[in-house]
Amino acid sequence: MTEREIMDRVTARLGSRVLATYEFRGQCAVTIRPADLRELLAWLRDDPDTNLEWLIDVGGVDYLGYAPGGHDDDDREWRFEVAYQLYSMSKNHRFRVKVAVKETECEVPSIWDMWGMANWMEREVWDLFGIKFAGHPNLRRIMCHDDFQGHALRKDYPINKRQKLTVPAENLLCEKVEWA
Amino acid sequence: MGLEAEIESPFITTRLDEVVNWGRAYSLWPMPFGTACCAIEFMGVVSGRFDVSRFGAELVRFSPRQADLILVMGTITQKMAPVLKQIYDQMPDPKWVVSMGACASSGGFYDNYSVVQGVDELIPVDVYVAGCPPRPENVLGAVVKIQEKISREKVTSWR
Amino acid sequence: MSDQTQVNAIPTDLLTLNIGPSHPATHGTLRIQVQLDGETIVNSGCEIGYLHRGYEKQCETVFYQIVIPYAERLNYMGPVHNSNAWCHACELLLGIEIPARAQALRVITSEMGRIIDHCVCIGTNLVDIGALTNFWYMYNYREKIYDLYEELCGARMMVNYPRIGGVSLDAPDGWLEKVKRTIDEMAEAVGDVQKLVERNRIFMDRTIGVGAISRELALSHGVTGPCLRAAGVAHDLRKAQPYWGYEKYKFEIPTAEHGDTYDRTIVRFQEMYESCKIIHQAIDSIPGGPVMVSDHLVALPAKDKVYNTMEGLINHFKLIMHGIQPPPGEIYSATEGGNGEIGFYIVSDGGPKPWRVRIRPPCFANYSVFPKVIQGQMVADAIAALGSINIIAGELDR
Repeated sequence: MTEREIMDRVTARLGSRVLATYEFRGQCAVTIRPADLRELLAWLRDDPDTNLEWLIDVGGVDYLGYAPGGHDDDDREWRFEVAYQLYSMSKNHRFRVKVAVKETECEVPSIWDMWGMANWMEREVWDLFGIKFAGHPNLRRIMCHDDFQGHALRKDYPINKRQKLTVPAENLLCEKVEWA
Repeated sequence: MGLEAEIESPFITTRLDEVVNWGRAYSLWPMPFGTACCAIEFMGVVSGRFDVSRFGAELVRFSPRQADLILVMGTITQKMAPVLKQIYDQMPDPKWVVSMGACASSGGFYDNYSVVQGVDELIPVDVYVAGCPPRPENVLGAVVKIQEKISREKVTSWR
Repeated sequence: MSDQTQVNAIPTDLLTLNIGPSHPATHGTLRIQVQLDGETIVNSGCEIGYLHRGYEKQCETVFYQIVIPYAERLNYMGPVHNSNAWCHACELLLGIEIPARAQALRVITSEMGRIIDHCVCIGTNLVDIGALTNFWYMYNYREKIYDLYEELCGARMMVNYPRIGGVSLDAPDGWLEKVKRTIDEMAEAVGDVQKLVERNRIFMDRTIGVGAISRELALSHGVTGPCLRAAGVAHDLRKAQPYWGYEKYKFEIPTAEHGDTYDRTIVRFQEMYESCKIIHQAIDSIPGGPVMVSDHLVALPAKDKVYNTMEGLINHFKLIMHGIQPPPGEIYSATEGGNGEIGFYIVSDGGPKPWRVRIRPPCFANYSVFPKVIQGQMVADAIAALGSINIIAGELDR
C-alpha cells in the first residue's frame, strides 16, 4: 500500500478529526489531536491492511517562528508536533502520524504500554521539548542532567546557554533509577 | 643486560631527580578516560601497528587509583563533568593529563548547551593534542611530550 | 530445618552496584545500575545521556553540507555509513538521484564501514570475556581498511567522503583492485577468528543463552540490525527498501534463532562475509561516469571553472555562503547501518539550514531492551551481552 492510500484510509476513518494532511516526495503524514493518538495508532497496527506493527521513532518538532520559504504563511495553530514513524515489516510500507501539541496544553497520551520502545523515546521528547506524556511511568530527564532548567531543543532556548551540574559525583548515584 | 660489564663499580652517582624522573617517564600507566571517537583511535594507538608500548606506556589501567597519566579522549558533557573531576581526584600524585582531540581540548565543533568547552575548565591539562580525532602518531607525540615534561620536573614539587 | 531453609532464613539485602559511566566494559559512557542477590541480577536499570552532545540542536545552526562531519561522529565504529546516510536523506529532500558510480562508491565505503564496525564490536566483546588475541587480530585489519580510506580521501577514520549529490572524489587508480585484495585477506582473517571462537567451549559457555532478546521483545522495542536478525527476523533495509542500487547485488540476510550473545556474534561474522560479497560485486559492476550530480544548485563547480569563469566563481560563492536550499517539506529517510536502521527525519523551511533534524539511532532502541534481557543473569553475563549488542554512545546519546 502506498503512503497515499494509507493517508486516505486514515482521513476516511477520522474525518474532520484529522487536522492536516501532508504529502511530499511520496511520503505522507496526518496531523491529529492528542486525544485521537492511541486510537489511531492501535487501529493502524491492528488493521490487517495497514498492519503498521512497528514503532520506529518518536520525535518532537518545535515550529516557533517557522516560515516556510521565507513567507510567514504557516497556518499551524499549534507550536509543537510529535512525529511517530511507523513501519510495517509484513507489508513493507511506512507511515507518519503527527500529533499537534499546543504550548498551553503540552500534553500527549503516552503509548509506552503499546510499544516498549516508546518509554525512552517519550522521555527524550519530554527532556528536550518539555512535552508531557500522560500516563508515562517514569517521565524524567534522559539526556540532560537533572539540574537542567528549560528544554534544550525548543527554539527559544539559546544554543550555547550552558548549565553546570553542581552536584558532587558521589551524590550522582541517584536512587531515581528506573528498574526494568 | 650487560650493563654490569660496562660499569666497573656497582654504584653510579646521579641526582635523585634524574633517576626518579627516568623511572617515571618510561613507565607511565595511562588511564584512558574514553568517551567518544578518540577512544577508538586510542585503541589504534595501543594495538599492533602504532604500539604505545615502545614508549613504555602500554599498561592501560582502568582504575584511576593505579594510573598516573589520564588521557581524556572525547567530548565531555556537563553531565559527565563531575565524573571526570572525581576520577582525576582519585588518581594518586604524581599525575599528568593529556587532553586528546578537539572536543576534550576546546569542545570541538560542539559549541552548545551540553558540552564542556575544554576539560581545562575542570582539571589541569599538561598536553593538548589537536585533531578530530588525532592520528595515533599525534598521541604518541603527546606521550613523548609528557616524558619530556617529567624529565624537567623536581621530585620535591609533588607532595 | 533443611540446609536450604536455613540458607533462606539468613537475612540478606540486595546489593546495588553501579557500573559506569567510566568503566572498562562499557566502552564509553554507559551507566548500568544493578541490584544483586549474590551474583545474580535481580533488578537493572540504565542511565544514559553522558555523551549528549546536542547534535540535533547543533544541526539547526549549520548548513546542510556541514552536517556531514557531525553525522559521522555519531557512530565512530563505522563512520562512513552515517555520512552517506545523511547525504542520502538530503538527496531525498532535494528530490535528486545521484550518478550510478557515486552510488557504487557509497556502497563500497559503507560496507567497508560495516566490516570495521563488526571487527571492533566482536574484538572488544571477546576482550571483555577474556580473549585478547582476537582484538589485536581484528584491529590489524581495521588499520588496513583505514589505509584504504586514507588513500581514497586523505583521512583515516572520520573521512568526510560523501557530498550531497554524490561523493567528493573518484577512486584513485588501482584503488578498487586494492580494496578487493584487502577484502579477501580480511575475509580470511575473519575466518581465522571465527574458527577460534565458534566452537570454543569457553566462548560457548559464556555466551549461549546469555542476554537473549526474544522476537517479541525486539519488535516491541524497535530493535533492528544484527540484534534483530539474531532473534530470527530476516529484516534488512538493504533488501526491504533498497537504496544505492542494493537490489542489484546478491547477498543473504544471515539470521539465527535464539537472539542470545552467541547468535549475535555469529550473525556479525556472517554479515562481514556478506559485506565482502557486496563489495566484490559492486567493484566488478562499477559503471564509469561522474561521481557528482551536475545540478549547479547542489554540486560545487569544477575548480577550473571557479578560477577561470565568472559564472563558476559566483556559483561556488553562492553554494559556500548561502548553502544548498532544499524546498520546504519534511522527509524521513532510513538506511541500514552497522547496528540497524539509522533514520534521519528532516524538516526543512526552505532555508540553507535544516529547521529540525531528528535522528533515529539504532543503538537507542537496541539499548532500551538491555535492562530487560539481563534480569536473572550474572553480572559477568551482562558484560558479555552488552558487548555483543554493540552500543555506541555517540549514537545513543547524540
